[in-house]
Amino acid sequence: MSAKVITITSGKGGVGKTTVVANLGVALAMRGQRVVVIDADVGLRNLDVMLGLENRIVYDLVDVIEGRCRLRQALVRDKRLAELFLLPAAQTRDKSAVRPDDMIRICGSLREQHDFILIDSPAGIEMGFRYAIAPADEIIIVTNPEVSAVRDADRVIGLIEAEEKGPVRLIINRIKPDMVRRGEMLDIADVVELLAIDLIGIVPEDKAILISANRGQPLALSSDSSLAGRAFHNIARRLRGEDVPFLTLHEPGIFERLLAFRLRFVRPVGD
Amino acid sequence: MKFFERLLGHRYKPSSGKVAKERLRLVLAHDRTDISPALLETLKDEIITVISRHVAIDAQGVQVTFSQSAHESRLVADIPLLTRRRRRKR
Ligand SMILES: Nc1ncnc2c1ncn2[C@@H]1O[C@H](COP(=O)(O)OP(=O)(O)O)[C@@H](O)[C@H]1O
Ligand SMILES: [Mg+2]
Repeated sequence: MSAKVITITSGKGGVGKTTVVANLGVALAMRGQRVVVIDADVGLRNLDVMLGLENRIVYDLVDVIEGRCRLRQALVRDKRLAELFLLPAAQTRDKSAVRPDDMIRICGSLREQHDFILIDSPAGIEMGFRYAIAPADEIIIVTNPEVSAVRDADRVIGLIEAEEKGPVRLIINRIKPDMVRRGEMLDIADVVELLAIDLIGIVPEDKAILISANRGQPLALSSDSSLAGRAFHNIARRLRGEDVPFLTLHEPGIFERLLAFRLRFVRPVGD
Repeated sequence: MKFFERLLGHRYKPSSGKVAKERLRLVLAHDRTDISPALLETLKDEIITVISRHVAIDAQGVQVTFSQSAHESRLVADIPLLTRRRRRKR
């Protein structure tokens, strides 16, 4: 049994990568998967606070790379979930401290004992992005339904394809159903058509995400409480190869029809 | 609504979602290739030079464009040949 390494990236910052990694990590671990989430955003670490683990960090990614500790020592175990671990980013270093080979080596030694390794990529298309995708078996692009986020996503998809990495799948985050309904926002079908990659999830705008981030308790921990929480659990199930219908974000009708159409593009990727 | 807007002579305003999509379509088409309009001109000039060396072409009529869909982009060169008949006419 060897872990699947999935890098979550976006081009644009602030679209929800860290939120996605925290919640997918939780959702997968709640399904009994052995998960490591790696914060690859060296210098701007956030995954630790998103998960509420900031007070438990002793060593970090760069300590492992530079040999100040063993990999196992740097992993922070999430007490709420038996099989969720965080490998934190260094906060006082910059991205030049990490090379693609370091990430490949670290993921290589984590693979045997885990089922999923999720890498929270830094924004941008520079070095941080490069080392974050280096070990990936699969890549998830997070975007928002707005012009600049979609444009940056397209650029990143192009770079990933040029490196012949993949498969690449898409999460559209922060959908505002009422705005979509009024035609004030790009809808899911628009974004999927423009980017021409498979969709793996849609996540609605949800105030509960900010509140849960404030508390350090990812929304996915309480599975049925909110639509966004359910969206993350659905994505986790799709990552495991299950065929899960997409959420209906408002009255069934237009949306459902569009999504049903897109559904056939989503194939379980798996062993 | 639209009916009344037209009746009153107001300009029909497409929804911002539609506008976003159309703008993105164009922006992505350009982003996905490195080919600027200036580069297209250069290519056109060089194509004319190379091809004229071997075949008689109508240099004025040459068009070099790129076309873009979700899955491919291609450079299209449209090069009118000078046929015997046209040449005689000139
Ligand atoms: N679906 C959502 N609904 C509401 N707020 C969200 C949603 N997704 C992300 N956010 C908020 O957006 C901000 C940026 O998210 P974050 O995950 O840190 O983005 P990134 O890691 O891509 O920079 C955070 O404040 C987060 O709470
Ligand atoms: Mg982040």
